[in-house]
Parts: sequence; structure tokens; C-alpha cells
Amino acid sequence: MMVFTLAQRELRTLFLSPLAWSILAVMQFILAYLFLTSLNDFINLQPRLQNLESPPGATELVVAQVYGSAAFIFMMVVPLLTMRVISEERRNRSIALLFSAPLSMTEIVLGKYLGLLGFLLLACLMISLMPLSLLFAGPLDLGLLLAMFLALFLLSACFAAIGLFLSTLTLQPTIAAISTFGALLLLWIIDWAGDQAGDIDASGVLEYLSILRHFEPLSRGLFSSTDILYFLLFITVFLVLSIRRLDADRLQH
Amino acid sequence: MSNDNLISVEHLYRRYAGLVAVKDVSFELQRGEVLGFLGPNGAGKTTTMQIITGNLAPTSGRILINGLDLLDRPRQAKGEIGYLPEQPPLYRELTVDEYLRFCARLNRLRRDTITAAVDRAKQRCGLEQVGRRLINNLSKGYQQRVGIAQAIIHSPAVVVLDEPTVGLDPIQIREIRELIRELGEEHGVILSTHILPEVQMTCDRVQIINRGQLVFSDHVDNLDRRMQSSSLILGLQQPPAQHILEALPGINDVQALDNHRFRLLHAAETNPAGAIAQQAVEQGWGLFELTPEHKTLEQIFVEITSSEQSDTEIEAA
Repeated sequence: MMVFTLAQRELRTLFLSPLAWSILAVMQFILAYLFLTSLNDFINLQPRLQNLESPPGATELVVAQVYGSAAFIFMMVVPLLTMRVISEERRNRSIALLFSAPLSMTEIVLGKYLGLLGFLLLACLMISLMPLSLLFAGPLDLGLLLAMFLALFLLSACFAAIGLFLSTLTLQPTIAAISTFGALLLLWIIDWAGDQAGDIDASGVLEYLSILRHFEPLSRGLFSSTDILYFLLFITVFLVLSIRRLDADRLQH
Repeated sequence: MSNDNLISVEHLYRRYAGLVAVKDVSFELQRGEVLGFLGPNGAGKTTTMQIITGNLAPTSGRILINGLDLLDRPRQAKGEIGYLPEQPPLYRELTVDEYLRFCARLNRLRRDTITAAVDRAKQRCGLEQVGRRLINNLSKGYQQRVGIAQAIIHSPAVVVLDEPTVGLDPIQIREIRELIRELGEEHGVILSTHILPEVQMTCDRVQIINRGQLVFSDHVDNLDRRMQSSSLILGLQQPPAQHILEALPGINDVQALDNHRFRLLHAAETNPAGAIAQQAVEQGWGLFELTPEHKTLEQIFVEITSSEQSDTEIEAA
């Protein structure tokens, strides 16, 4: 119950600043441009595609393009959203309000996280409006669309969990933002080293760590419980770390 | 009478890396009492208050709030406390109403009582006119009041205020002091400040903390008694020789301030002023001034904190 009160305020604060609006606007604009160009390509290609045995449809070609790009944009945008969540409250000393209220640290962290998830869900829904508009023109593979949506949402939820944790570490929102971005980029590219090392064991570990390796299968419609578990584990770890970090705030200085 | 003990703090210690900020502090707060917490900068006032309100964990010690152990049952105990930190914890992008409603919900007030609680807090803090304004656009004084409203919104058993009158204009200060007195009637109030007259005006009991230790704790009445004069300033146009003044009944010592004025020290329990005036008139000394000297709280404060300092220096040596 308390968690929702906190989440609601977090979301409200986000939308009271121009940041949330501009993030949504810019994202929507860029993705709309991408969507239209890939739709154009698809229409040009369509006569040739028809000669293939099982031709890929609009969902595979156009929609996948949109969600793939959205994932990349989230990598740059989520740090901006999460940077101020805790660091700013600590800097303004408004965190004392939460600490002296009858709340546990877990509730505080979950409330903040849920607020962020609310925003990300909204962003994902807005992005999905574009592919859904294709329903006016023809059928879509809705199962695949749902898998892509889930993949994008889980991915952004992971991003937010890291961002939240890094925001508990510093008083400077900008430092939280840049370190979150660094961490996300590293997770994105970590399997590149694995490819070149040629060492099977090492590349296996790095591949497993790479967030992209779990995002891609799911967004191709390959629903594997390992990938889902990876995402959930990832989120849990960073939320627990955030709770521990805030608790430590009370204990030591 | 134990259920009238709103706060009892027992042997509180708090260490920061290598530094002991609070050392063996114990005190109690009764219902209907305003406790003034005094001390020089860095003495441990804020640390103590942060510990009582659960913002900081003590290194050791026990804190009972309305009979609830703050460390064992933090949630219930924190519900009994309202805290205004030095810097009011405000969300500046919200309006006063939104902010107070959020605070009410944080303190788990029932949904149907929230509006009444917000209205009451606003009325007590004089915020009726600004309910729909953004906190960011309010003056410092009003922001401070919003901070106080936040601390009392759930009518907690104990209200902890850390320097609530800093940055306010004299009229606002008077209003806030009145509010504090009013709060002290139903709740227990702990007030930290380094404005000494404020303590005299609003508090029932005073505690002075210095270098992390409580060095003084007494009722304000007793403090007033301590402040009572034990010296007189005497001004004479034609003063007699000093030894004649020293021989006056009840006078322990005489210091000449200039050619015409003297400070006469006497025992605290007697007041020789009447006798002196009579003498002066009879002898034709040309009396033009006879005033009892009051010790200010400042002097007592300095006495206590600096004597403590020299004690520790002696210990160290």
C-alpha cells in the first residue's frame, strides 16, 4: 500500500518536470522516423519478398526494427530518468521525510522503483502504438509483438534497477547518470570480448552476462525461462543492493 | 507514571570514524513538556535528534518512544514521532496541499481522515491561504511552516524540531514560538536551538550538550533562579572610600568600575539593596544608580560549556 503511495508521488514528480515529457517526445519522434523509413523499405521490398518460400512479414521486419532501436534509445534515456531518484532526495535532504516516516527501506526502494516502472511501461506502450497502427492495413503476428513488448519492458526494468542502485551511491545526479550509462553500455557489449577470445568457457560466461544475449532471443519470439529468470534475478540483485546501501546510510557515515 | 514518559533515551553512543559524536546521553521527555536542547555548534544536537527520529542508527544505547523500542519496532515507534530537520524535507515541485496529503499518507493515516488532518495542520501553522501554491514559490518562513505542518500532521506523541526559527522574521518567530508552546500542551516537544532567549521563552526544561555529553539538565525555573543576581551596580556622586563600601552589611566584595560606579558582590540569597540605599541617603553619597545585575542565559551557557572544557583539559593533562 505504502509502496503505491510512494510510486504515485515519484511518477507525479517525474511528470511535473519537463524531463519526462521531453524524453517521451524525443523518443517518440526518433522512433516514428525509424518506423516510417523501415515501413517504406518494407513496401519497396514486398514484391521481391513474395517470391520467397515463407516470406518474413511486417512484424519481423518493421516492428522488430522499432523495438530494437527502442532498446538502444532506452540505454541512453533511462540513466537520465533514474539519476535523480535517490541522489537528489539525499542532496535536498528530503530523504529525511521518508526515513522518519513509518516505512521500511524496502518499501522506500520498491516505491521508487515502481514509480520508474510506471513511467517505462507508459513509454513502452506509446512505442507500441506505432506497430499496432499497422493493424489497420493488415494482420500482425500478435504473439511475436507481445514477446517483443515484454522483452523491451524487461530490458528497461533492468536498466532502471541499475540506475536506481547507482543513484543511491552518489549525491550528484550527473555522476549517477554517467555511471549508469557506462554500466549499461558495458553490459550491452560485454560479449564482444567473448567472441574474439576464442576461449569457450570465458566467452560462455561473458555471453551469459551480456544483457543483449537475453534480450535478442525473447524479442525474436523465443520465450525461454532462462532469459526471464536472468532479467528477474538482475532486477532483484540491484534492488537488494539499493536497500542495503540506504540502510548503510543510517549505520555509518 | 511510566506511560507519560514519551521518550526515554538510555546511554546513547554514536561514533563516527574515530570520533565520538554522542557520548552516554540519557534523558526523558514527559507528556506536556517542551524540552530545549542547547549546545554550541558541533556538540551533537543534530546527531542526537537524528538518532531519536530513526534517521541515524546509534552505535549503542536504547531509545523508547511511547514505550516502543525504536530499534526493535521501528515502524510503530516512528509513527509516534514528527520530525522537522534543520533543512525542511520538502518536495518543492508539489503544492502545499499535495505535499501534506502525501505526508499524511506516508504516516498511514486512514483515507477518510486525511483531509481533516491536512486542514488541521494547515490551520495550526497558518497555511490556509497558501494551500494551492507551489512550495518552491513560498518564502522561507512559509516553507519552514510547511515543514512544521509536516511534522505534526499525524498528531504524533513527540515532535522533534531542529532549529525551527532559523531564517524567520521576528513576527514569524513569535508565531512559531507560540505554536511550539501550544504543541507542548498535548504532545512532547524537543526543540534544538542555539538562540538562548528562545529556550527561556518556550521551554519547560533545558538540556545543554557539549562535546557529545549532557552537561546540564534542569527546569527553566531553576535556571531562572540561577540567573538571579548576586551583584549590584552602585553609582554615587560622592563615593566614600572603598573599604567603607566593603564594610556594608551583606557585601562580600567591591569592584570599582570607574570613579563613581562600583560592582558590589553579595550572597545570592540576600538582597542588600535597601540597606545600601538607606546608607547612601543618610551619608549624602549622591546615589544615582542602584541596579541588580542579571546573569543572562548566555553567561550561564558559557560558564557551563567552558568550565566543562577546562575540566576535560585538566583531565587530558
